[in-house]
Amino acid sequence: MIAELGHFALMIALAFALLGAVVPHIGIARGNARLVAVADNAAIGQFVMVFISYAALTYSFIISDFSVMAVASNSHTAKPLLYKISGVWGNHEGSLMLWVMMLTLFACAVSLRGKYLPARFRARVLAVQSALALGFLLFILLTSNPYLRLDPSPVEGNGLNPLLQDPGLAFHPPMLYLGYVGLSVAFSFAVAALLEGQVTPLWARWVRPWTLAAWVFLTGGLALGSWWAYYELGWGGWWFWDPVENAAFMPWLAATALLHSAIVVEKRDALKSWTILLAIVAFSFSLLGTFLVRSGVLTSVHAFAVDPARGIFILGFLAVVVGGSLTLYAWRAPKLTPGGVFGLVSRESALVLNNILLSTFAAVVLVGTLYPLFVEAFNAGQLSVGPPFFEYAAAVLMSPLIVALGFGPLLAWKRGRIGRAAQILLPALGVALVAAITIYWQSIGGAVMTAFGLGLATWLTVSVFLEIAERIQLFKKPEGALSRLRGLPRASWGMSFAHLGLAVILFGITISEAWTEEDLVVMAAGDTEEVGGYSFTFRGVAPVAGPNFTAVRGFFDVARGGKTLTTLMPEDRLYTDPVMNTTEASIYPLVRGDLYAVIGEAAGAGRWSVRLYFKPFISGLWIGSLMMMVGGLLSLSDRRLRIGAPKAKRAEG
Amino acid sequence: MAGLKTRKKQRLVVASVAVAAVAGAILLVLFALGGDSLSLFLQPSAVHAKEIEVGKRFRLGGLVAPGSFVKAEDGLTYNFTITDCAADVPVSFKGILPDLFREGQGVVTEGRLNADGTFVADTVLAKHDENYAPPGTMPKNAEACTHPEGLDSGYGNSSGSR
Repeated sequence: MIAELGHFALMIALAFALLGAVVPHIGIARGNARLVAVADNAAIGQFVMVFISYAALTYSFIISDFSVMAVASNSHTAKPLLYKISGVWGNHEGSLMLWVMMLTLFACAVSLRGKYLPARFRARVLAVQSALALGFLLFILLTSNPYLRLDPSPVEGNGLNPLLQDPGLAFHPPMLYLGYVGLSVAFSFAVAALLEGQVTPLWARWVRPWTLAAWVFLTGGLALGSWWAYYELGWGGWWFWDPVENAAFMPWLAATALLHSAIVVEKRDALKSWTILLAIVAFSFSLLGTFLVRSGVLTSVHAFAVDPARGIFILGFLAVVVGGSLTLYAWRAPKLTPGGVFGLVSRESALVLNNILLSTFAAVVLVGTLYPLFVEAFNAGQLSVGPPFFEYAAAVLMSPLIVALGFGPLLAWKRGRIGRAAQILLPALGVALVAAITIYWQSIGGAVMTAFGLGLATWLTVSVFLEIAERIQLFKKPEGALSRLRGLPRASWGMSFAHLGLAVILFGITISEAWTEEDLVVMAAGDTEEVGGYSFTFRGVAPVAGPNFTAVRGFFDVARGGKTLTTLMPEDRLYTDPVMNTTEASIYPLVRGDLYAVIGEAAGAGRWSVRLYFKPFISGLWIGSLMMMVGGLLSLSDRRLRIGAPKAKRAEG
Repeated sequence: MAGLKTRKKQRLVVASVAVAAVAGAILLVLFALGGDSLSLFLQPSAVHAKEIEVGKRFRLGGLVAPGSFVKAEDGLTYNFTITDCAADVPVSFKGILPDLFREGQGVVTEGRLNADGTFVADTVLAKHDENYAPPGTMPKNAEACTHPEGLDSGYGNSSGSR
């Protein structure tokens, strides 16, 4: 009954989406304000209905109603409550429900928060948003209905993949989806602007907070995902350049570029048509990611089950959305009035460089991700593009970005002086060179890339602080600098935090790549292994029973200089429903780095194969990501955005 | 530092930078695709047919032949045979096998052939869960396969097994 209610609510949502996608445009064409206002009601109606539907599905999962197919396939009575709830989105149908719920939530938020938008423009935005919801609702109802009933209903469900029964992964998809779907708002704003035929600085001010919010969520989603890979998969790696990871990384790159180019539109009324294009591209990457994950066209450890009908539907949807919006762009963009002129050396140019490098990187990742598809399509055999390709591209494209990142914030709008910026940054260059040379000399075997990476990270760190110092005129007029520091707008704190976060991530990557120590050994109780200056003493194993698994737990006392630091307890779990082994790494984070232990199989005579790591400063990855998110939130809370945009000049409308 | 006076000039600069970026990206892609970054995906028959040279990195996929799995003395090295039901390739792997590694099931391994014709793998990917098998592990000539236990529900249209 509850499931039917959910199903029915979803169909009503579809009707609302249809209304919301069509009626506002008619209203605008006829100048009928009441029809225009349908956009708001439809947006709210869609959200309420999808929410009811989603709640019904969640309820079915919680009470373990196995007559509902999605529940029977993915849940189990013995599962902890958290994983019953997260199990809703741990499968294809439910995750689409989550996607649509967020899509309508964002539309609802635009409707409620966007009272200061011109009614006509808001209606256009919401209509585009409704059209997107329409596509996804159709997709769910036609190919991926979560409410299909089973008759007779099974007594017990199949359970959720144990790898997904993990707190990190429970929140990874919602976070990532908020990011993916948040970009739909930027997309809708872009399409609405094209329909209306104008882009103003005001437009950028409206778009930026939404993009920023989406970016914060995307960053969080990626960070959670890599963290999960790091501790759950037990390989000690955190990023594999897997197609599905790339699918989430490309929208992030595009969103980062969009974030920066929107600043130029807002402050200088330039780069308009490029920014519109980026907004379209960023969301297209989100859709592409969805397609890649669900169509099964790519070899990936993350892919959902393969179903050609679904793949074809999404491909068609992708073609309509991307093709349609790009056609609209090609038709309308030339009519946008060109904006402010700027010098070759200026803040604008620096942001253009940022955009060029980020979008080139996104394009290269796209090529690397799709290349195997093309090769296979032309019957030239199967192959895969490995990490070296992407790492090479990252090094070549991101190094100049980081160098330029020091300069950008110090250049003035319109026309900057590179000499002045260079003068301010001289100490950063000095410190970075000293750091790089020291590292190169100290480490054995000519670690050029390590020295280079650490030099870059140092450069970025110092230049962020120099930029703050310059802004508050610390060296020119030390008195009163502190009060100027307090007076800095949150947006500028946000920028500094996010840029510093990037530096911390770079430190994390470089240091952990260069100095990770790994040992794969067979140990018997009482054996001691030395890894990274820490001694791991194996104390044997004990059986453990969890709610829906049994496990073998190993014990390792870790000591340094005779002092015991901790006991690591990795597990080898055997889940019952479905029957599956997982390894649970045990990690103890220290400031210097992570101690990491995995227990493998019994090797006979009381011996076990184990993998021990010392991963120096790998937590920099997640600390840095968190700093980026904090930076984004700080910027989002800036007064300029908080009080909303100034009264719109509706003259041109 | 001559600023750009006109919009036209600015456009010209932006356009040429964009062209340079595209050209740079193409060069970068071509350059990065060389070396070890591309690995072919082959099944055992193809390995024999193509006479893959020793030391060339590629991916080998197929079924773990039942009865072929042996753990070496050191407790860390595993030897097994990957088969596509027409040809076999012996594989050696040192490390911790993935959780779902079983005889008769599909795996994808990555590594190089050594002089004895053994595939020395440094990575082994097995089925991720019951609904999912790494694509490409289903032997092309599965009908000829004498190991019916290898053809469990994880292959082919995995959504059908739901």
